[in-house]
Amino acid sequence: MSAYRHGEFHEFEGGGQSYLYLVPSAAIFALEDLSSAVIGLLKERGLTREEIIAELSARGFAGPDIEDTLDELHQAHAISSGDGFVEPRVESPPQPFPLQTIVMNVTNQCNLSCSYCYEYGEDRIATPEGKTKFMSEETARSTVDFLLNQSPGRRMVHLTFFGGETLLNFKVVKSSIEYAREKAAEMGKYIDFSMTTNATMLNSEIINFLAENNVGVTVSIDGPKESNDQFRVFKNGKGSYDVIAPKIKELIKVHRSRPIGARVTLTAQVVDVKTIFHHLTEEMGFDEVGFAPVTTSPVRLYAIGNKGLDHVLDQFKELAEEYLEHALENKHHGFSNVNDTLQELHQGVSKAYPCGAGLGLLGVAPSGDIGLCHRFVDSPAGKLGHIDTGVDREAQSEHLSRAHINTKYDCHTCWARPVCSGGCYHEAYVRYGDTSHANLHYCDWIRGWTDVCLRIYGEIAARNPKYLERFDERKAI
Amino acid sequence: MKHLKAINRKARRVEEFIASEYGDVHALQQQGPPPQRPHFPLGCSLVFSPGWETDSAGGTAGLCQPVERDLYDCYITCFWPAQVPDHFNNYPDWTSKCASATKDWRNIDLVFP
Repeated sequence: MSAYRHGEFHEFEGGGQSYLYLVPSAAIFALEDLSSAVIGLLKERGLTREEIIAELSARGFAGPDIEDTLDELHQAHAISSGDGFVEPRVESPPQPFPLQTIVMNVTNQCNLSCSYCYEYGEDRIATPEGKTKFMSEETARSTVDFLLNQSPGRRMVHLTFFGGETLLNFKVVKSSIEYAREKAAEMGKYIDFSMTTNATMLNSEIINFLAENNVGVTVSIDGPKESNDQFRVFKNGKGSYDVIAPKIKELIKVHRSRPIGARVTLTAQVVDVKTIFHHLTEEMGFDEVGFAPVTTSPVRLYAIGNKGLDHVLDQFKELAEEYLEHALENKHHGFSNVNDTLQELHQGVSKAYPCGAGLGLLGVAPSGDIGLCHRFVDSPAGKLGHIDTGVDREAQSEHLSRAHINTKYDCHTCWARPVCSGGCYHEAYVRYGDTSHANLHYCDWIRGWTDVCLRIYGEIAARNPKYLERFDERKAI
Repeated sequence: MKHLKAINRKARRVEEFIASEYGDVHALQQQGPPPQRPHFPLGCSLVFSPGWETDSAGGTAGLCQPVERDLYDCYITCFWPAQVPDHFNNYPDWTSKCASATKDWRNIDLVFP
């Protein structure tokens, strides 16, 4: 009989309990004494069934129990017995895939000049020259029609407004929402709205409109004045914090129908995660704060190097501990990076693609050009057609066959691939000039962060499992 | 599963899949039904002789054959996990006083080999 070996998994502990995160299924199982002993025994080398039974019987475990355990571990693929290599297959999703979200870039203009901006900064990929800078109401209406018509079978669809600075074209945001509501009602669908803004142009009229229309709002802000104003500046170099702070406070005070989120870009100069988090939640009143390292080529002064990423991970860990303490007491904590990852771990998401871009999500440029997502609009890379002529199915198929996790050789032995799946297409394009390249520069970071979240998940599962029920419903993204 | 406990939703789906691939068959009215096990009806229902089953109202009044017919099914058409007399060789007459199972089932003889 062939020897049993470890299958593919990541072992972790939480709340004094041992767990396996199985790959690629993304199932999480808790181990008890015997299953833990089997896993421990196979750490060094493979052993036959007889050898395992002999060894564990000598430790006082009952023979039939050992047999059951081996069968269970084998059936769950936690251990394997020379089943041989299975070539990973690339299974394309059904075509045409129903749309779920359109990110509508209502303008590519911005009143800020953040030097790290992927749309205007040194690493920009967009070439909007000669195209319209503001989306017309006509193109916006066509986009809404496109979303509603191309989402057969979906009762709920999402429309996200984006920029540039979205509010520079508030007129189109407003008319699109009114038009979309009417059209969706005619078709018996529900349409959900959200937008991202730098908050500089918020005023009472806009805030009231957003609140009344239940529009989800995310504000780009990098923390307190000294960190926000490092990069988030007006064209004359003046920091934006003093302008946006009172407007954000009014927004949060008036708009209570949905949680208001902050989105922070971390750079080499802005890495004080905990201070930023506490400022944004406690002093500004944000319900949720999400952090992401800046997308950039590694040579920029603001690029976070490997050491910097380690530092960010340490800070994430500390803030995640705070989240855990809150979760154990059933209290809300707004660190959305943890919340989002726990959601995926709880569902056991195992992604064939890193995100829905080019599949259920598309970006639409002011000109009506369709891109993989909002980060690719107005760029020759990731162009997927035009709103008037529809999705370029050939380009879409090409993207889907190249971007599938099973074509990313570098990812094949990574235990974090169910959640990462190679990472952001835009990040890959900026770094490697190829949307389907695995983002190898942050592999250690992703594994480190996924491990932190697994430990937190394990501890909550052991000490307050009721808390996890909130993740039962799969959040539509 | 006794030695692995499913924690997240995917693990529960894996567990269900394993149960359907490797699980044992079980009777339709087994006590304390294991909810996520596969359902493999064996016995009477496969030859369409309702016996273990109930009618659409949950009773036995509307069955297409009387429940007592099971007494015959036990040794004619299907396996029954209890001994019944050997109808073919040693006790060919053990049901001879039972002309109609519904009415006369009490007359079925006990046999003492």
